[in-house]
Amino acid sequence: MTGLRAMVALATLLLLGSTASGHAFLDRAEPRVGSTVRTAPAQVRVWFTERLEPAFSTLEVVNERGERVDTGPAQVDEASPATLQVSLKPIEPGTYRVKWRVLSVDTHVTEGDFTFRVAGGP
Amino acid sequence: MTSHPLRAALAVMLALCAWPALARAHGLAGKRFFPSTLTIDDPFVADELSLPTFLHIKQPGDSEAPAGQFTNISGEFSKRIFPDFGITLGGEWNLLDPAPNNQTESGFGNLEVTLKYQFFTNTAHETILSAAFGWEAGGTGRQKAGAESFDIFRPAILFGKGMGDLPEALAWLKPFAVTGIVEGVLPSRSGNKKLTTNDDGDLEVEIEKNPNVFHWGFAVMYSLPYLQSFVRDVGLPVIIKSLIPLVEIDINNPLDRGFAGKTTGTVNPGIIWAGKYFQIGLEAVVPINERTGKNVGIRGQLHFFLDDLFPNTLGRPLFGGR
Repeated sequence: MTGLRAMVALATLLLLGSTASGHAFLDRAEPRVGSTVRTAPAQVRVWFTERLEPAFSTLEVVNERGERVDTGPAQVDEASPATLQVSLKPIEPGTYRVKWRVLSVDTHVTEGDFTFRVAGGP
Repeated sequence: MTSHPLRAALAVMLALCAWPALARAHGLAGKRFFPSTLTIDDPFVADELSLPTFLHIKQPGDSEAPAGQFTNISGEFSKRIFPDFGITLGGEWNLLDPAPNNQTESGFGNLEVTLKYQFFTNTAHETILSAAFGWEAGGTGRQKAGAESFDIFRPAILFGKGMGDLPEALAWLKPFAVTGIVEGVLPSRSGNKKLTTNDDGDLEVEIEKNPNVFHWGFAVMYSLPYLQSFVRDVGLPVIIKSLIPLVEIDINNPLDRGFAGKTTGTVNPGIIWAGKYFQIGLEAVVPINERTGKNVGIRGQLHFFLDDLFPNTLGRPLFGGR
């Protein structure tokens, strides 16, 4: 019984001593990942699975020539701290790549990228 | 405004703690999340707990043991000592029905300790390489329940490779990944002496030989989370977009002591659901030949991500930051 009590006490200590929080993975985005849109969007919004640390979370959008087309810097939505958004310059039809690198509030870093296409081009 | 210096200092501290964590936890290499596979060892070093892993299969008989049901319940606790170096402690409980003595026997298997060093990580190419050395401590389990009386050493090389670097024309193949292992299984004793009584009541000495074994295996998986997040949002429901179907191949090639060429192995198709703090996996265990068995078994696993459950305590390396 002493061993069992010790294990329960250790488990309780660990549970109380740390706040569980997962890695921030991409949940969804607007424009959607890999999608084709008819109208050029004015901004890109990405929803993550965890709250983000604004100072260390970035979101960039580049065109096919690798040129930045966002007006940056990206902002974490105050009303939705797991959402990162950035406004875009007026963009033409073509394929654009969204690149993100975020720090969740439990200090885990994740990164990734995806593309979307604005229809109407050649 | 007066809080700026403090905030800046905190920000710098946070940055120093946080950025090195990339690709060093939770089976991540760049964009790629490698789940913990059920049958073969993982190529990454992480803080994790597999408890329990459950296996049930009917084993074939041979000249020394009758055919019977084999049930195994095991657990593994992996802890990072340094960010790229960790230790795994493993234990198991076996039920043999019947055991070689024609009785139903159960008991713990030998304890296992494995050291693993993740010596190469390439985030752009979603590649991981690691080296491991395992030790099964002979005599720590119950011999009647299948535990060996001698030590077994397991030097191994493990790898993981995601296909996210394929060209855009092959975008639908990017969610594929493969992990694998090549391993030596080296018993510390070449054979065991066994005393038996023959039909005339005389004692006889038999030698059970313990071959060196070349063990290899790999897992091929297609990650629906990767598809949704990095390739194409195809609108999968929440429960489906966390699934990773996979097939694991697990082969043992005995090399010597009369067992050369007597290959055994299994093909293990299954699926993993990966959540925020844990994953659940289920696989069929299909023998590749009659020597391995004739019946399909089942393997299941509950696996916890300790780095997410306890990010400030159990879920971080003992030394060297996050």
